[in-house]
Amino acid sequence: MNGPRTQAPFGRRMAEVTGNESVGAYRLISVLDSDGPPDPRPGQFYMLSARDCWGGGADERPYLPRAFSYARAHEDGTLQFFLEAIGPGTDRLARLEPGEGIGLVGPLGIGFDPGPAGEALLVGGGIGAAPLLCLSDELGPEARVLLGFRSAVHALGAGLFAEVQVATDDGSVGRRGFVTELLREQLDAGGRATVYACGPPPMLEAVRALCAERDVPVQLALESGMACGYGACFGCVVPTRNGYVRLCVDGPVLAGDELETAVVPGAPH
Amino acid sequence: MSAELCGVELRGPILNGSGTFDAIAARKAFGDVLLDEFPFDLFVSKTITVAPRQGNPPPRLWETPAGLVNSIGLPNKGLRGFLAEDLPQLGELPVPLCVSVMGFSRDELAELVAAVAERDEVELIELNFSCPNVETGTIMGADPAETALSVERLRPLTRKPLIVKLTPNATDPGAVAEAAENAGADAVSLINTLRGMALAPGTNRPWLGAGTGGQSGPAVRAIALAQVAEVSRRVGIPTIGMGGIATGRDAADFLAAGAAAVAVGTESFRDPAAGRRIAAELEAILRDERGFLPAASSERTAL
Ligand SMILES: Cc1cc2nc3c(=O)[nH]c(=O)nc-3n(C[C@H](O)[C@H](O)[C@H](O)COP(=O)(O)OP(=O)(O)OC[C@H]3O[C@@H](n4cnc5c(N)ncnc54)[C@H](O)[C@@H]3O)c2cc1C
Ligand SMILES: Cc1cc2nc3c(=O)[nH]c(=O)nc-3n(C[C@H](O)[C@H](O)[C@H](O)COP(=O)(O)O)c2cc1C
Ligand code: FES
Repeated sequence: MNGPRTQAPFGRRMAEVTGNESVGAYRLISVLDSDGPPDPRPGQFYMLSARDCWGGGADERPYLPRAFSYARAHEDGTLQFFLEAIGPGTDRLARLEPGEGIGLVGPLGIGFDPGPAGEALLVGGGIGAAPLLCLSDELGPEARVLLGFRSAVHALGAGLFAEVQVATDDGSVGRRGFVTELLREQLDAGGRATVYACGPPPMLEAVRALCAERDVPVQLALESGMACGYGACFGCVVPTRNGYVRLCVDGPVLAGDELETAVVPGAPH
Repeated sequence: MSAELCGVELRGPILNGSGTFDAIAARKAFGDVLLDEFPFDLFVSKTITVAPRQGNPPPRLWETPAGLVNSIGLPNKGLRGFLAEDLPQLGELPVPLCVSVMGFSRDELAELVAAVAERDEVELIELNFSCPNVETGTIMGADPAETALSVERLRPLTRKPLIVKLTPNATDPGAVAEAAENAGADAVSLINTLRGMALAPGTNRPWLGAGTGGQSGPAVRAIALAQVAEVSRRVGIPTIGMGGIATGRDAADFLAAGAAAVAVGTESFRDPAAGRRIAAELEAILRDERGFLPAASSERTAL
């Protein structure tokens, strides 16, 4: 895909954590990144690590930095990350306190290639809402946002968005069922659309298949296990119709028609 | 802090480990500032093979305490693709270039070395011997005789320095290093990754797509230091030390153990500019500590 890429300053830089609030089951972490570029593109990501006590968690990890889409970038240099704690790296980041140091490399990868807002359908599953937040800010209220969550406490994440349609697995908030049902209805109601999606692999695969059946263009922000985030290790590859591609340099956003499947072996979610 | 390796002048003693930094991809991510702030004093390419390779199926990475196990599987464009597409771009780097090659037979190795040596962009050639010779079945770099036969075949093909990269998965890496030296190698580098594996959580199946992989990072540093000290004692040619180097202190230790230069690998994954930081820390150590013994010192053999 020919998505946009804002280049990163070379090397890991240290910045200060300025906030860490809970949003339902998730954390919203604010970082004052004075030395980073002011204009990352939605879908790009940063490699993050805590300055202190990075290591010595469960299984004596983390050792490597962890990849996170930025959720919002503010004019004063504040970056916000929307995070779900699922292991030693995310556990440590979730416990960061204001004033602590955080290492950043980024922005990295290529972002979504946004088309006309009136045709945009943003589809997120769980923590996959993260990169859709800045994308919906950029596209404005004309773009439709559909989000799926596991439960009511997860669905509180939808509160970060101005206007959304929500589905929950248990029906506690919004529609009962998967967000892909909301997408199917939107697509079947007609009107031209481009779909931008991020979420767990089974959801992304369902979105990809729905769009492929209807010839609707779709851009998928994928995940894979990463060590470096800038093309150095060749560890983050995903299979595509053109062979393996490094998700960190040639993604994480890929066009649906580049993929036979959106299911990535070993992805974090 | 200038240095010299096999007659090639370097601005310092810090290299990258083959396969741990892709200068072409890094230029996409960071732009041309990469050239101004290039983190290494000599750039070593990812290992190339005669035929293009896709590499191993994912997942390819498993994080361990203080390190990782990888099963990347040497993805590369193959000799022709490398020469046509990558080498001209690597030639734009501000430091000398070493190309790493791996052949699955001595004929393949000869083809690689002859073709790479012809190119002006290339100053040195590293021979990655961590793979089986498909004709004999032995891991080339695990066996002194096999190593000697390969280096003897390659030596007449070029006057450019040949570096033999040793595998730590050998009974006696010192004996392999001696065989390489006697067959005409100009330097040896070590260590490559140590064979390792991990099981996927909650299953009894391997996590890595290839089943097993290689361990790197600070977890292997003590093993690497011992092997570098041993090999440096046994050969007269320069050794390039690596394995878990993350600070200037680590680099100084490898130099004290007898290495003529050091390489940074996995630490670059945590910080792309790690090579620059390590160089600055090392320079301060060399300046401040008068008791430090540089590699050329005869006292290094005391280790
Ligand atoms: C481009 C990109 C953007 C992302 N954006 C976000 C975001 O905005 N918000 C967010 O919360 N998350 C995001 N993620 C996911 C996030 O990077 C992971 O959740 C995080 O790396 C998990 O680290 P951990 O240490 O907490 O968990 P780990 O313990 O690393 O577990 C995560 C998964 O990795 C595997 N695993 C388990 N042990 C190991 C091991 N030892 N070595 C290797 N793999 C192992 C398992 O599949 C496990 O489920 C993003 C990922 C990518 C690639
Ligand atoms: C992801 C990865 C890929 C590697 N690829 C190669 C390679 O292509 N050729 C090679 O000779 N060594 C390769 N190595 C080994 C390194 O060059 C180095 O010998 C080893 O990692 C030890 O150093 P470190 O602990 O500093 O990483 C690779 C290592 C890693 C972690
Ligand atoms: S994470 Fe290292 S190449 Fe993509």
